[in-house]
Amino acid sequence: MTYTAHFKVWRGDADGGDLNDYQVEVNEGEVVLDIIHRLQATQASDLAVRWNCKAGKCGSCSAEINGRPSLLCMTRMSVFTADETVTVTPMRAFPVIRDLVTDVSFNYAKAREVPAFVPPAGLKPGEYRMQQQDVERSQEFRKCIECFLCQDTCHVVRDHEENKIAFSGPRFLMRIAELDMHPLDAAAEEGLDRKVSAQDDHGLGYCNITKCCTEVCPEHIKITDNALIPLKERAVDRKYDPLVWLGNKILRRP
Amino acid sequence: MATGTTSSTESADSSPARRGVHTQGRAAIPNRHLRTDRWWVPPLVTALGLGAFVVYSTWRAFANGDYYAAPYVSPFYSPCLASNCTDMNGGADWHLFGSWWGISPALIVLIFPLGFRLTCYYYRKAYYRGFWASPPACAVAEPHATYTGETRFPLILQNIHRYFFYFAIPVAGILTYDVVLSFRDADGNWGHAGLGTLVMLVNITLIWAYTFSCHSCRHIIGGRLKHFSKHPVRFRLWGWVGRLNRHHMLLAWVSLISVALADFYVYLVASGAFDDPRFF
Amino acid sequence: MTQVERHTYDVVVVGAGGAGLRAAIEAREQGMRTAVICKSLFGKAHTVMAEGGIAASMGNANSNDNWEVHFRDTMRGGKFLNQWRMAELHAREAPDRVWELETWGALFDRTKDGRISQRNFGGHEYPRLAHVGDRTGLELIRTLQQKIVSLQQEDFAEFGDYEARLKVFQECTVTRVLKDGPAVSGVFGYIRESGRLFVIESPAVVLATGGIGKSFKVTSNSWEYTGDGHALALLAGAPLINMEFIQFHPTGMVWPPSVKGILVTESVRGDGGVLRNSDGKRFMFDYIPDVFKEKYAQSEQEADGWYADPATFRRPPELLPRDEVARAINSEVKAGRGTPHGGVFLDVSTRLPAEEIKRRLPSMHHQFKELADVDITAEPMEVGPTCHYMMGGVDVEPDTAAARGVPGLYAAGEVAGGMHGSNRLGGNSLSDLLVFGRRAGLHASEYVAALGTGRPAVPEDQIDSAAAEALRPFSAEASDPDLPQGQVAENPYTLHQELQQAMNDLVGIIRRAPEMEEALSRLTDLRMRSRRAGVEGHRQFNPGWHLAIDLRNMLLVSECVARAALERTESRGGHTREDHPGMDRTWRKVNLVCELSDPSGGLADTDPERGQVTLRRRDMDPMRDDLLALFEKEELLKYLTDEELAP
Repeated sequence: MTYTAHFKVWRGDADGGDLNDYQVEVNEGEVVLDIIHRLQATQASDLAVRWNCKAGKCGSCSAEINGRPSLLCMTRMSVFTADETVTVTPMRAFPVIRDLVTDVSFNYAKAREVPAFVPPAGLKPGEYRMQQQDVERSQEFRKCIECFLCQDTCHVVRDHEENKIAFSGPRFLMRIAELDMHPLDAAAEEGLDRKVSAQDDHGLGYCNITKCCTEVCPEHIKITDNALIPLKERAVDRKYDPLVWLGNKILRRP
Repeated sequence: MATGTTSSTESADSSPARRGVHTQGRAAIPNRHLRTDRWWVPPLVTALGLGAFVVYSTWRAFANGDYYAAPYVSPFYSPCLASNCTDMNGGADWHLFGSWWGISPALIVLIFPLGFRLTCYYYRKAYYRGFWASPPACAVAEPHATYTGETRFPLILQNIHRYFFYFAIPVAGILTYDVVLSFRDADGNWGHAGLGTLVMLVNITLIWAYTFSCHSCRHIIGGRLKHFSKHPVRFRLWGWVGRLNRHHMLLAWVSLISVALADFYVYLVASGAFDDPRFF
Repeated sequence: MTQVERHTYDVVVVGAGGAGLRAAIEAREQGMRTAVICKSLFGKAHTVMAEGGIAASMGNANSNDNWEVHFRDTMRGGKFLNQWRMAELHAREAPDRVWELETWGALFDRTKDGRISQRNFGGHEYPRLAHVGDRTGLELIRTLQQKIVSLQQEDFAEFGDYEARLKVFQECTVTRVLKDGPAVSGVFGYIRESGRLFVIESPAVVLATGGIGKSFKVTSNSWEYTGDGHALALLAGAPLINMEFIQFHPTGMVWPPSVKGILVTESVRGDGGVLRNSDGKRFMFDYIPDVFKEKYAQSEQEADGWYADPATFRRPPELLPRDEVARAINSEVKAGRGTPHGGVFLDVSTRLPAEEIKRRLPSMHHQFKELADVDITAEPMEVGPTCHYMMGGVDVEPDTAAARGVPGLYAAGEVAGGMHGSNRLGGNSLSDLLVFGRRAGLHASEYVAALGTGRPAVPEDQIDSAAAEALRPFSAEASDPDLPQGQVAENPYTLHQELQQAMNDLVGIIRRAPEMEEALSRLTDLRMRSRRAGVEGHRQFNPGWHLAIDLRNMLLVSECVARAALERTESRGGHTREDHPGMDRTWRKVNLVCELSDPSGGLADTDPERGQVTLRRRDMDPMRDDLLALFEKEELLKYLTDEELAP
């Protein structure tokens, strides 16, 4: 079934811009990214958009469709009615570069601030032994395709630019959780407490667990339930729970 | 040059026109949001539901009456710790507080289940969204000029959730004891079951399910371990709690409704508005 | 003199996929100031699309496995056209490269005793692929990306600057390798975001740009795969080899049209999926070639027994090498037994319980559900061949990954040729990236260290002509006074679509001489029109402009493919000639070498009607005796000529 759809696409740059109207052909089975490509090929050859794999695996084509942070390549046109206006804008938590392309350098800067995996001393390559049940939690977080939609939707930075300094956002708090749950990460032996660092250096306390990150995650990672809340509980272990502290003192569990 | 490192954080102008999604440098779109669905329905329903419970429970907690109809006791009033409690025939009416406590004895104990739910990770989401609009819905701009989340007083106290979890266990234990007692008839003879027994049984099941599905519980029971493989029993328990935890929101709501219904049922029977049908 | 941004580094790596990042890590660890340039954002490279795993003979699943078995499998898969020394190095070093990833934080699936789990794959004798579910490529990229970040953190601690010794220039495109006489002296390119031009002076350049799939209409490759590295090497005077060998993966999605070509992993068949035609027949039993008759099941019963008991039963024919399966599907569709959308059915729904499918193939389930509205636990998929991998590439020294003929130029990964011969085995690409990525980084560093202070200079005239070339699409209309004001001469998107259609139809999976001649003439036409390709707007993040520049590379590479495919009058691996259906032993040791017709590299000045590349034949080095001894004589007879075997 082919029809002509009404699209509104934001065009402009850091100095300003507008929602532009387009009438564009839509065929059966297409996704929003196909329509954007058709616009490029027929009506707006310089329409800027990021994309790579077109299969939901690289996380490049993040934008907002009818106000919802989404991947352009994973939003099928069949979810809209033929007479519905489809509005496509760049992600609104980051500075815009041009059209649908935003400056996501905030995320790369935050990625650098998370201390890397610390290999255990005394284990050579090939000597690592880990059980499947011990790696599964971190494996879930490593499914992340870094589309940064969670960072985009998180109201902590989306609605409060000033919090970008103190808050690393769901993606990188999840990265800390991933490392803290890694069965062989030796950060603690090196004197780095990732739990305390999550709270003190990465703004875990800003998260008020309203779960928008989980809602928008195209990989369906349970960011809030499996990463952020467990990380908050781990921070409580260190900072707010004398019972656990006492238990550790008595039992001397490493 | 595009190296992914230039900090995008500019000096924040806090005037509403230049705040949040309208910050200088972001795509210039006047709308606070562009969502076309009925995004306001979930927070509205949440606010109405929680609001209804608050009104109802405030009335019942202060009422100080019609909370015991042998052998049933309202979950709002158990354990009952002041001297002004009704005699409950072997029930949890332990007069620890003496006679100086003059107002409703429900207020002594309710603080614990209330605190448990108030600091619960699900309810936090629900009321931050429903009452505080922080945020009202995903990608819908919140109305507040500043935001510090749970980093400072009073919201930093949310971190004590696990203490309320510790307290929630004996409270649920006492409510379980109440259910056991409801298998006696009004005279204290075993072998009774009425509609009230069933109501209390369903309620306590949901309360336990909600309690064990708690995120703090999941953490304490196994989530805090680095190596599940070295703790097979706790790993299995963690798995079970995890399965319950996936339904934490659902359990939060149904147990909230069931606790109100159980109380309301006792109220109806105690006030004489309804006769408890007896099964055996 | 053109105004450009200028930087100086010791080593420049073009491409930030598996090979590029591994090369950069190595160069930085060798003490070189290293720059990585990538067209996309850091961490988005096409490597993330790899699903199955990394082939390495660690022997975790079967202790009989070792590098010699892996080497044999690789040579057989490539039909003995592989550069044998590369295949040897690859098989020997792959386990170390995988283990190294663990020390950087990678989390592979585990065996019961806690080691890295390994899975079966087409062409591999033992379970050999280290994997993470069906998203191994993502794990590889993320691990390398995070290793780079950790090196930057070290530099931050030491110098107070994350980028003191290792910097990623993301969303930048290199359009020319610059040279001082014969030797590399830097790269020229543009920043996609701003459209500004830049030069990085560097005596060593590692090409790691991946493949050429975007020259074809139906492909599993992402937009970046425009053959940039292949073209940069050619233009810098380095030859390409084996360009006729392109792997068509047998199972790509065929519907809806917008996702046509997206990969359906081989694991679907490995886990029990079967191929059926529109008559419901499991047709693969009719397509088992004689050389494989002893190794594959002849009946459905026998094939079905294999999944549970591989020791007693022979493998199902759905697990024949990729080239065989792709040809079989192609034949069924041509014979009119295809599905409504022009593929065949791949069915796993009647073979496994729904829960099991979701557990084993989570991303396939997700992909079909979200993109095609097909529930693979309840209905069959429709699949068909898709352009997947370029076996050919830059002609390199096997040990050093240095491009022959151009000092300072290195190539690793898909852009390098030789390693996989005429057909690549699944799982061998990720290990290839790591083994030769590291080698390229290492030897580039050694080359730079040996240079001392006498580094090649960047000639200003090369910068001027590179800048003129890059900016030409903006002045295209000016060159044609007949066109109305403001109207663009040729739409780059249209040219690209025509190129893809031509390559797909005429130099695709089954090839015929007249069609390839037709392809060459269409390429000539496209090349002439591409000179008039113009774009609207300005230089800031302008995709039309980017495509106009990429077209030069795709046209160059496509011409290599078409010329080499026309020249090789036999069928072998990823090259199937309908007019020459058999494998010819005399062609076995022949490499077809592509070189630029005008060695000065000045494309603009060449006559567009004449071809831009020329071909020559070159004999491969004979295989070392100890490696030959790894094979049975009878097997060698199928591939090698009598005189090669004589001594």
